[in-house]
Amino acid sequence: MAYDLKLRVWRGDAEGGDLTDYTVEVSEGEVVLDALHRLQATQTGDLAIRWNCKAGKCGSCSAEVNGRPRLMCMTRLSDFDPAETITVTPMRTFPVIRDLVTDVSFNYEKARELPYAELGPRDPDGKRRMMQVDVERGQEFRKCIECYLCQDVCHVVRDHEDNKQHFAGPRFFIRYAELDMHPLDTHDRRRLAQDAAGLGMCNITKCCTEVCPEGIRITDNGIIPMKERVVDRKYDPLVWLGNKIGLRNRDDDGRTEV
Amino acid sequence: MATTDHGVTSPGRAHIEARTLRQDRWWQSPLATFVVFSGFVVFATIRAFMGRDYYATPYLSPFYSPCLGDCVEGASDFGQPFAWWPLSAALIILVFPLGFRMTCYYYRKAYYRAFWLSPPACGVAEPHTSYSGETRFPLILQNVHRWFWYAAVVVGLVLTFDVVLAFRPMPAEYALGDGETSGIHMGLGTLLMLVNVVLIWLYTLSCHSCRHVVGGRLRHFSKHPVRYRLWTWVSRLNTSHGRWAWYSLFSVAVVDFYIFLLATGRIQDVRFF
Amino acid sequence: MTGNEMSPEARGGMERHSYDVVVIGAGGAGLRAAIAAHEAGARTAVVCKSLLGKAHTVMAEGGAAAALGNRWPEDTWQVHFRDTMRGGKMLNNWRMAQLHAQEAPERVLELEDWGALFDRTEDGLISQRDFGGHRYARLAHVGDRTGLELIRTLQQRTVQLGIDVFMECTVTEVLKQEGQVAGAFGYWRETGRFITFEAPSVILATGGIGKSYKVTSNSWEYTGDGHALALRAGASLINMEFVQFHPTGMVWPPSVKGLLVTESVRGDGGILRNSQGARFMFDYIPDFFRAETADTEEEADAWYEDKKNNRRPPELLPRDEVARAINSEIKAGRGSPHGGIYLDIASRRDADYIRKRLPSMYHQFKELADVDITAEPMEIGPTCHYVMGGVEVDPDSQQSAVTGLYAAGEVSGGMHGSNRLGGNSLSDLLVFGKRAGEAAAAHATSLDQRGQRPVVDEADVKAAQADALAPFEVSAGPGGGGENPYTIQHDLQQSMNDLVGIIRTATELEASLAELERLKQRADRMVVEGHRQYNPGWHLALDLRNMLLVSECIAKAALARQESRGGHTRDDFPGPDPEWGAKNLVLSLDEAGTGVDIAEKPLPTMPDDLQQLFEDK
Repeated sequence: MAYDLKLRVWRGDAEGGDLTDYTVEVSEGEVVLDALHRLQATQTGDLAIRWNCKAGKCGSCSAEVNGRPRLMCMTRLSDFDPAETITVTPMRTFPVIRDLVTDVSFNYEKARELPYAELGPRDPDGKRRMMQVDVERGQEFRKCIECYLCQDVCHVVRDHEDNKQHFAGPRFFIRYAELDMHPLDTHDRRRLAQDAAGLGMCNITKCCTEVCPEGIRITDNGIIPMKERVVDRKYDPLVWLGNKIGLRNRDDDGRTEV
Repeated sequence: MATTDHGVTSPGRAHIEARTLRQDRWWQSPLATFVVFSGFVVFATIRAFMGRDYYATPYLSPFYSPCLGDCVEGASDFGQPFAWWPLSAALIILVFPLGFRMTCYYYRKAYYRAFWLSPPACGVAEPHTSYSGETRFPLILQNVHRWFWYAAVVVGLVLTFDVVLAFRPMPAEYALGDGETSGIHMGLGTLLMLVNVVLIWLYTLSCHSCRHVVGGRLRHFSKHPVRYRLWTWVSRLNTSHGRWAWYSLFSVAVVDFYIFLLATGRIQDVRFF
Repeated sequence: MTGNEMSPEARGGMERHSYDVVVIGAGGAGLRAAIAAHEAGARTAVVCKSLLGKAHTVMAEGGAAAALGNRWPEDTWQVHFRDTMRGGKMLNNWRMAQLHAQEAPERVLELEDWGALFDRTEDGLISQRDFGGHRYARLAHVGDRTGLELIRTLQQRTVQLGIDVFMECTVTEVLKQEGQVAGAFGYWRETGRFITFEAPSVILATGGIGKSYKVTSNSWEYTGDGHALALRAGASLINMEFVQFHPTGMVWPPSVKGLLVTESVRGDGGILRNSQGARFMFDYIPDFFRAETADTEEEADAWYEDKKNNRRPPELLPRDEVARAINSEIKAGRGSPHGGIYLDIASRRDADYIRKRLPSMYHQFKELADVDITAEPMEIGPTCHYVMGGVEVDPDSQQSAVTGLYAAGEVSGGMHGSNRLGGNSLSDLLVFGKRAGEAAAAHATSLDQRGQRPVVDEADVKAAQADALAPFEVSAGPGGGGENPYTIQHDLQQSMNDLVGIIRTATELEASLAELERLKQRADRMVVEGHRQYNPGWHLALDLRNMLLVSECIAKAALARQESRGGHTRDDFPGPDPEWGAKNLVLSLDEAGTGVDIAEKPLPTMPDDLQQLFEDK
């Protein structure tokens, strides 16, 4: 069941560019990336696309399809009307390199600013013990394939270039959450998350969760619990009172603030 | 709404003029939120400032409960410590449920999108040229959501008490045809209040702060099995927090309006027994 | 980090960097090697074709095999060693298999120190799962996304240590001085600008060759770069005839044909059926594994719960056996509508269990094929997955025949013999990545102590530059140019798939070699459009040279080995031959530098104490 698909692809680089119309033959069961590959192999040998696994596992082929941040390899053509023109542009939050490829170094810089897992010594038998229920929350966040679609859609940086400096973005908020929920980690990163990573900039409008191809509940399970942890440290009267009179939870013991 | 060079049209990014290339009706959801919320605010403001028609024996409107000001007879179950208050008694207590909802993580999403257009929808550029999120006054106060949650639990208990009272025996003049005056009573008002309080509790208990307080703050669930169990329950409710927020908003308005109709004598309560 | 950004000061000119160790490839092996080299005090750089964290290791699903003994205390390195050797049909380099089995547990535990969150047993230890060819449940795992966990952990560790990473940068040549490694030459994919690394130690960690095949689970990166770099630098390859076809790849829709379906589906209870509904694997149990494989469905099903008193289901035979069986069923006309057979877990496990244990498989089928694997069977067929062959290395240091050139992971050869067991590649990466990194750092240090660091020869750099620009030089004219690299790649993949696939014959292999010669000539006339900035056509043209060279190695070795063993099946020589079982085929670049020569070499002899392990049972 092959048909001719009308594609509108952004071509250009940092100096400028335009949406260009193409027609390419596609068939049943194909995804947007297939259509672009055929375009590349038959009409535009130099069309720049970043991709890798083509299975939704590596998070390389992030772009915007009809204005929505998507993985091109997981966007099926059958979700569109065959008569419809599909518009594909690079992610609009990051500097463009060429065509559909953007410079995502922002994310790698933010990754470097984050203090890593620092576990205490192992058990005497050389192994570590953590219960499944204690690692499950972190495991959800570690499903992240670093496609950076959440970073792309987040209006804090998408609509405000100047915020990039002080804002780590949803991908790294769930990394903070993962580490803060790690049963054996020895750091307390709450202050850092609020101050350096700009957790307070997030106004939980949930677009990150909407676009996550892994279905990670970034806002509900990551960002909001992280905000609540910051509240524990800074804004909760009962926690403050509990600390004063020595009535407090010892679950956080052994952690040092970084 | 002029495009600026702060956002998607910043230098270096792919040069595309349009604020969004979305082709679906992305504006539908924020628009609906805007209309409904605005409607509720207008309704609630009018009702809160009216200062009357909030009590129809034995039903007390949730906007006025607990009634601590100079309230009509029978409405004050907790005394009238604010009897000197010159304005509507609703204004004394409404700050708590209002504050709870204003700082609620779900409502924040809804009104930031629908009222402040920050952003109006995902992948649609917002009109503002600068943005500081919840880092400065007044929005930094969103962090006190938990304080309001503590208060909301108290409010929930009071409203539950109101429902119990809504079952109480009716005075003689309200007796049904056969002259029965004793024993518990139930009318449509009781039912509405019951539904309302259930939804209020679902909303209150599915709150993100509640989820955090009951167990979410722990790092070792395995060492706190009971709190872990509570946390899983709350987590399950929490996935529908937005739904409970809407339903309970409607139910509060419906109960109040029903009591208004009763108190102004426009309708008669439907009595079940 | 240097990756993915322009360095304006070097625009137009040649960018130069000096390091002690340069690691090519940022998959599991490359990152583990870089971490080890850095920790040994070497100034280390990682160069990779993609972004950091996207390497093919993320595709690994099942787990990392390590005899931790968390589920079965009986499991020791000796058992793991024995399984590995038997899985490889005894063609493995025994020393590598031994080191691998001994060191894998500590390498896995190390990941946990760095923040990895594996699934847990009831006691809080790392959980281990069953896999084909492993006697005990042995694979440390995280659902069915273990590779992602592994690469993310190593990536985060790499960033934490501050190791320089050159992302989206392709190395096209290893530079030498007087037979020793002096550095590497490459280009930035983004700008097309050239870059030279001066380094006395270069570690190849470039993965495999799967992109030479049409139906493959591998991504575009798998073009055999490291294999070709090693050949051109003067090192040799072994075991190249052994290509693993994973039994279960998706067959429909066409756009995802070849995409991997993890072996965990079978490890967790999934079974294979043909179009007549028969559980056919019982008909394909080879004598070699008969004693340890169940011969009734009852016994096979009971094994999942009680491993002591039952033998393994035949679905969990090593991959080569299962792939061949599936291939035969399809050829016999008992395949599914889209040319596969059925993999069924829906009728065997409840929906919650499936979603919990196999979340990404559930997601993958739902999203890409509209199939709910908790309700209906999957259609699957064999897909090119892994190459056992690779650079011939010293088992302890991973150094190749060229001083200063190391290889770790899939690009190295010997560890897996003629067939790799599932789960052994993730542990292979870790064990030999670390060893290569340490040896490479030590080599750099010892050179410095002697003050003998090799120097990059400018003439070599110029030559490498000219080679890289060659595709732009061909003019599309009558009789000459005009070949499109995409078309050549497509023809190569088709020919390898058809002629050097799962089942091979001498005539087809000879035809493939003739076709490869034609493709090489066509490749000389490739034309590339556009300019050097992020130009995928040009990138492919450069990668194609490697693919052609490596494909030739596979076809030549496959033609030479006149027996069937592991990942190499000859229709004209159906059984294993003990004589062939005692030797490797070694490939090296020929005199002209355009093709490969082949030679036989006896296997190293296993010491008696290890030999003992195979006689006891």
